[in-house]
Amino acid sequence: MEHTQSSEIIEPVHHDSSTKKIWRTFWILLGITVAEVGLAFLHLETGFPNRMFLNGIFVILTFFKAFYIVAEFMHLGHEIKNLVMTILMPLLLFIWFIVAFLYEGHSWKNMRKDLAPGTKVEAPKAPAAEGHEKHY
Amino acid sequence: MDTAVTAKKKWWAGGYSPFNVNYGKLMMWYFLLSDAFTFGALLISYGTIRFSSPSWPDPNEVFKSFPGMGHANLPLMFVSLMTFILIMSSVTMVLAVHAGHHRDRKAVAKWLAWTIVGGIAFLSCQAWEWTHLYHEGAWWGRNPFANVDGTVASTNFTNFFFTITGFHGLHVTSGVVLNIVILINVLKGTYDDRGHYEMVEKVGLYWHFVDLVWVFVFTCFYLL
Repeated sequence: MEHTQSSEIIEPVHHDSSTKKIWRTFWILLGITVAEVGLAFLHLETGFPNRMFLNGIFVILTFFKAFYIVAEFMHLGHEIKNLVMTILMPLLLFIWFIVAFLYEGHSWKNMRKDLAPGTKVEAPKAPAAEGHEKHY
Repeated sequence: MDTAVTAKKKWWAGGYSPFNVNYGKLMMWYFLLSDAFTFGALLISYGTIRFSSPSWPDPNEVFKSFPGMGHANLPLMFVSLMTFILIMSSVTMVLAVHAGHHRDRKAVAKWLAWTIVGGIAFLSCQAWEWTHLYHEGAWWGRNPFANVDGTVASTNFTNFFFTITGFHGLHVTSGVVLNIVILINVLKGTYDDRGHYEMVEKVGLYWHFVDLVWVFVFTCFYLL
């Protein structure tokens, strides 16, 4: 059983006995991490680039690292498309997940700020009053 | 062995795996997918709470110590070392899988052993960091670090930090245990008898996933 099961698997063709590719991926991952830490220090020392911009770069670089780990180390880049899709498609849920929840968090912050006890509330305007008068 | 795939071969007609991987490996992928959602939920809830807070502690102020360096201000240095160790252990794991393809028992054992060393080194680093933070007064329910704007911070910061890095550390621990089990099997020659080293690949997938999660934890807690 075990044998019939494994014999049906087609071995990937690219058996390049060199381990060059593995080390290339390692250097990429290390390089990105060094770049991230370098940027963080640049920000600490000089305040440049500004926080929002820097965070954007960090997130993008993180996804680059994730791509290399999944595609090369986990070999997903060399599997057949069916498998790749069953793994990646469900992850699309994360887009909604992240957007919705961070938006929610941001909204809570604003509500805490605007509705905190003691916060001066702007008097609600009464545009309807004029309209009502016209009726009479 | 008639295993060439032509364009006319029907993957779904039976006799062939539609995903071209064995059952065990496919299930490992699906487990990791579910685990990705667990970690995703944890990290996103962290992000939500952080977004909903008026201010938050500065990671460069909190994580600035290095073993044996006293009170020197070294933000990011220690966690960079931890990241390096984990990436390195991921590389040794790929090399073990690679050696497994060539059924080179000695090389598999060597690289697996290095992977285990890397995993234990990472866990030791984490143990040091946790101990250090604990002595500074940080723990679940206790947060000695002030917010960036100088206000008193809630315990959300430490609660999320210890929960998420702790959950990741638990994964590293089970990864090390799995690696040790596999190493024993390799040394016993179990996979030579079986004819293939696919078990190394399955555990390798798990190990790389742990590295992958760390990449996100590193960004979310130490960089942002």
